[in-house]
Amino acid sequence: MNNIIINRLKDKIFKAWGIIATFIGIILLAVFIGDIFKDGIQRLNLDFLSSLPSRFSEKAGIKPAMMGSIWIMGFTAIISFPLGVAAGIYLEEYARKNKFSSFLEMNISNLAGVPSIIYGLLGVQIFVRALQFGNSILAGAFTLSLLILPIIIVATREAIKAVPNSIREGSYGMGATKWQTIWYQVLPASLGGILTGVILALSRAVGEAAPLIAVGALAYVPFVPSSPMDEFTVLPIQIFNWTSRPQHGFIINAAAAILVLLAITLIMNGIAVYLRNKWQKKLSG
Amino acid sequence: MEDLKTKQMRFEDKGVGKSKNNKGNVVDEKSVNEEKEKHPEMIIRTENSSMYYGDFPAIKNISMDIKKNSITAFIGPSGCGKSTFLRAFNRMNDFIDIFKHTGNIYVNNVDIYNDKIQIEQLRRDVGMVFQKPNPFPKTIFDNVAYGLKIQGMKDKNLLEERVKDAIQQVGLWSEVRDDLKRNALSLSGGQQQRLCIARTLAVKPSIILMDEPTSALDPISTAKIEDLITQLKEEYTILIVTHNMQQAGRISDSTAFLYMGDLIEYDTTHKLFTKPKFEKTENYITGRFG
Amino acid sequence: MKPGKKTGEKIIEFFLGGSASITVFTTLAIIVVLLVESVSFFREVSIIDFFTDTQWTPLFTDKHFGIVTLLSGTLLTSFIAIAIALPIGLSIAVFLSEYAPKKLRQTVKPMLELLAAVPTVVYGFFALIVVTPFLQTIIPGLSSFSSLSAGIVMGIMIIPYISSLSEDALFAVPYSLREASYGMGSTKFQTAFRVTMPAASSGIVVSIILAISRAIGETMIVTIAAGQHPNFTANPLVPIETMTAYIVQVSLGDVQHGTLEYKTIFAVGLTLFVFTFLLNTISHWIKNKYREEYE
Repeated sequence: MNNIIINRLKDKIFKAWGIIATFIGIILLAVFIGDIFKDGIQRLNLDFLSSLPSRFSEKAGIKPAMMGSIWIMGFTAIISFPLGVAAGIYLEEYARKNKFSSFLEMNISNLAGVPSIIYGLLGVQIFVRALQFGNSILAGAFTLSLLILPIIIVATREAIKAVPNSIREGSYGMGATKWQTIWYQVLPASLGGILTGVILALSRAVGEAAPLIAVGALAYVPFVPSSPMDEFTVLPIQIFNWTSRPQHGFIINAAAAILVLLAITLIMNGIAVYLRNKWQKKLSG
Repeated sequence: MEDLKTKQMRFEDKGVGKSKNNKGNVVDEKSVNEEKEKHPEMIIRTENSSMYYGDFPAIKNISMDIKKNSITAFIGPSGCGKSTFLRAFNRMNDFIDIFKHTGNIYVNNVDIYNDKIQIEQLRRDVGMVFQKPNPFPKTIFDNVAYGLKIQGMKDKNLLEERVKDAIQQVGLWSEVRDDLKRNALSLSGGQQQRLCIARTLAVKPSIILMDEPTSALDPISTAKIEDLITQLKEEYTILIVTHNMQQAGRISDSTAFLYMGDLIEYDTTHKLFTKPKFEKTENYITGRFG
Repeated sequence: MKPGKKTGEKIIEFFLGGSASITVFTTLAIIVVLLVESVSFFREVSIIDFFTDTQWTPLFTDKHFGIVTLLSGTLLTSFIAIAIALPIGLSIAVFLSEYAPKKLRQTVKPMLELLAAVPTVVYGFFALIVVTPFLQTIIPGLSSFSSLSAGIVMGIMIIPYISSLSEDALFAVPYSLREASYGMGSTKFQTAFRVTMPAASSGIVVSIILAISRAIGETMIVTIAAGQHPNFTANPLVPIETMTAYIVQVSLGDVQHGTLEYKTIFAVGLTLFVFTFLLNTISHWIKNKYREEYE
């Protein structure tokens, strides 16, 4: 009898600990963000968003960083979206299940685990130097595209897998070719899931700093980019730069910039979740 | 067997017109006409047709003829090969890696396994309705127009005409005419199946294969579709697999009884059900085994 | 059917396959890029020195190239991160999968995923500006840059890596196993830890390995908060430098391409790549080997 009482106690204690563990991370995150909010909200105004950086913290703004981020995101999306979706379609609809395709899968999951700074080194040697893009937005976009490619491929495959086989059967049964079936049936049905994955991948890319630093994004950029061959900086790097300065004014700036970055990330994730729900509803009528 | 089939089913492109025992003869006028002269009324003929999944013989050496504008029912216990046999006529079995066919099957006088054909064309000429209604997740209009679109038809007026015609043929027009832009998945099961029949009809095939088309539906929808099938006979030749013997008795002209891959008996429906020639047939239709 | 349709299909397949093969080229490119510069590096620096020297000073006049220095920084921060994420993450997984009502599980899961979605620069900021000063009040003698501060924050970020995957693994264990245990009079706690967790062990191990790999590859948190002071030590209270932070440091500086100093980032990068590659391959192998169990 004694033994049962002890075991019950252990059970209750663990349950309590479980609740604590579950919320501790979230609560800490909320505390952190609250702190940042407190610090940064005062600095967040139109001036901040539209000014160039400066040696004086009160005058410094995030305009080049924001524009840089937008340019990079735009080009990364243009490059990675078709490549990733095409690769996903191939792996899911065309590739036979043999040793080679297992190798491809393993390779992709391996690429997903490679540290982002390594992609930066790849980017430096291939895009900046060998292809002579220089320290440009284009080099950065290609580098980030390679980084998020595995995410898009996996998301595309999952979305395509979710399309019921009965739809493919119906299409083939009517004499459609493989590509017709994919283009007219499979892709439209999986588009929501694919877009969700792409947006999540891009929201990950918008927060990346390390690979872009390696590719030569500058710490101090007093201009707004006007071509993909321009040098650039992005919001995370601007934050990094300000965080490393001792003056308190720059810490405030960093906090404000973080709020902008978090807002962007949150909006993108929100859109992705909304799309996912809408897409799941569509498939089930 | 079902597990094996679903596990192996992959929509690989086996190549347009390729077949396992390809003699490579291009379809030419002479061979088609020869066939036609020998068997004028038969829209489908099989000669020593056998089908295998790997080493397993699913269909053993069946030779039979099917007359134009008839309704032929295929009955038999589960796993006897009726679906396999049906799917051979539009080569949907090709999607299963380990499927093999030997013998000859003539559809509209063309040997579909040995002559060089375009598979997509075959599937447009031989339509298929599946057991579980599988409308595309698109509008009602787009569902029925799909077959025409992939053939390249672009004329909006022509498309609308053909779509309306097909939907009318299946008796669905009054129920959906006010909103063809509705998602097809919002229709009831019976309506969805009629929609699937409509999209097949829109392409104007000569033969329609139906694989247990009403087994997933309620009795009222079943009755509606059975009426429809009887009407379609005028323009089309219909092959229907069914595990419902009463259905076979109600709507078909001829019935074929399959057992373990063999064609046990094939006769006019009336004869097969009232005076079966073989004991096995009699045992099956009287319910001694199922 | 229009003539040439078949060629059209083949062309499409070719381009789609080409896109898929870019993944192979990426891996090859990474390996080649790292190897080429590293080989050049090792022509000037002996491999033995690389692995045995305990100082890392390639940018000073008295040059030492002991990778273990950076390695110790990486491993120290990663160890602290895992020490935080493992117990918490695992407890969350068990709690959500065995104890929590479905509604709670559904609401909490996306909130936890949020932890991993926050950009790492933001975490770096936390570590330096919020966590370090706080810790300094309770740990006198803590430097403004330390592996402790960075490690703790990294640990928080990694929690969902362990909790999410482990929870999926636990969820996949058939209920019948639990039933057998309950049927013998066990409590939830006993069942969870004696029956369900061992049954899900391969999935849990995979999640841990992936979390470790993530920690080792983390860059911004450690660059901002752990220091840029290579130090062969096990003391969590002093500044160190990780492999990733070193690469960032050199990238930000004025080191010329082609110099020995520049090549060091590739040698370091190669070491980093080998570590994460091994970890990822092992986890992939474990996942495949034990996958058939419940199918």
